[in-house]
Amino acid sequence: MSQLSSRQIWVTLLKRDLRIAARRRSDALNPLLFLLMVVTLFPLGIGPGPDILARIAPGIIWVAALLASLLGLERLFRDDFQDGTLEQLCLLPQPLAFTVTAKIAVHWLLSGLPLVILSPVLALLLSLPLQGWWALALTLLLGTPALSALGAIGAALTLQVQRGSSLVSLILIPLFIPLLIFATAAVENASMGLAVHGQLAILAAISVLTVTLAPLAVAAGIRMSVN
Amino acid sequence: MWRWLHPYAKPEATYHLLQKLLPWFVALTLVTLVTGVIWGLAFAPGDYQQGDSYRIIFLHVPSAIFSMGAYMGMAIMGAVALIWQIKTAEWSIPAIAPVGAALTVVALLTGAIWGKPMWGTWWVWDARLTSELILLFLYVGVMALYFAFDDARTGAKAAAILSLVGVINLPIIHFSVEWWNTLHQGATITKFEQPSIATSMLIPLLICLAGFAFLTVSLVMMRLKNEILRHELHRPWAQQRLEQD
Repeated sequence: MSQLSSRQIWVTLLKRDLRIAARRRSDALNPLLFLLMVVTLFPLGIGPGPDILARIAPGIIWVAALLASLLGLERLFRDDFQDGTLEQLCLLPQPLAFTVTAKIAVHWLLSGLPLVILSPVLALLLSLPLQGWWALALTLLLGTPALSALGAIGAALTLQVQRGSSLVSLILIPLFIPLLIFATAAVENASMGLAVHGQLAILAAISVLTVTLAPLAVAAGIRMSVN
Repeated sequence: MWRWLHPYAKPEATYHLLQKLLPWFVALTLVTLVTGVIWGLAFAPGDYQQGDSYRIIFLHVPSAIFSMGAYMGMAIMGAVALIWQIKTAEWSIPAIAPVGAALTVVALLTGAIWGKPMWGTWWVWDARLTSELILLFLYVGVMALYFAFDDARTGAKAAAILSLVGVINLPIIHFSVEWWNTLHQGATITKFEQPSIATSMLIPLLICLAGFAFLTVSLVMMRLKNEILRHELHRPWAQQRLEQD
């Protein structure tokens, strides 16, 4: 068998995970439906006044996004761990920290990107003004890669734990807090017509940092569980 | 240095070292903490604006500093455990985490008690306060992860990785008062310039800092001794040790 290049392996892994996700559509769709339902609960619980909804919309959408990203995490490595695929990934000549970035990318494509696409609907539901909507879409676009990368750390660390989903939330929510702070601040500033470049730059910096460094922690976590 | 450190990879040797050092640390803790707290609470001059209520800094500042210091120590131990696979380093994670969490709680509580008369509120969502609260959550997460596994060594490694990831929060806590315009005041002693605090208050504060440092180390040493004994119960030396006591 001929040797595959790093890029070929990465693309193969990406396609494989996307194909698996396409065959089990409900797994990928459930977190999104959950997010839509959580967002629906707030106007019903607080009252449908557009003023108050527009005021708290960025917080609601981002908190719902954080919770929804926690839902899908358990499946990120669990099946591959149980059927031995992760062991095969460990044995590849390419570093594990490199191959897991493909898994993180798939997770983002299935949970982060749909959020960005859904954001106009969410903004409409919560009567967020138009200048707030594009800021919301930008914060989701810049912030969700960090959610996927940090989430992968939590998923990798709790691979061996039975029913680890509550533990994953306990570990990850403190790490998610900075994202929430800067993202909601950006959307609020945008709704009031103020500059948002500072917050967006920080969000982008957090994403770059986590996407580059988190795979190292993910790889360490997977090796710890596989061996 | 390696030849000097090497024996302590053996839990028994570490235990005996801790056994020898612990009385000294306990004595130092008692001396410095009692002197510092009594001096600070009873003899240091009152503040011209805040009167006597500023005196809580003699507990608040040291506990806040060592809540971060303990986390740093735990993360270093986590790195040692991951790199050199030393068992005593793994056991020091559960030894340090509850002590650090307790210090964090003390810092948050004393801050709230001081904040009520001074700021007029128990709690504000200020950058320094929020990041200190996140530190508490991180401690809780590390402890929960450590005890979640059937295999203790896997749990220790997972907790070590998580504690290393959480180190990112420490500079955020320290610089939060500079990066954001916060209600919490800026640094007064942990900076390179002349401390912006009167010498008559600075000296008892420094003694209190030393006292909390020794207190943290002593508590961690006691807990680490127990952890070593608990894991080494099946070995003859540990059984002998228990029969002697």
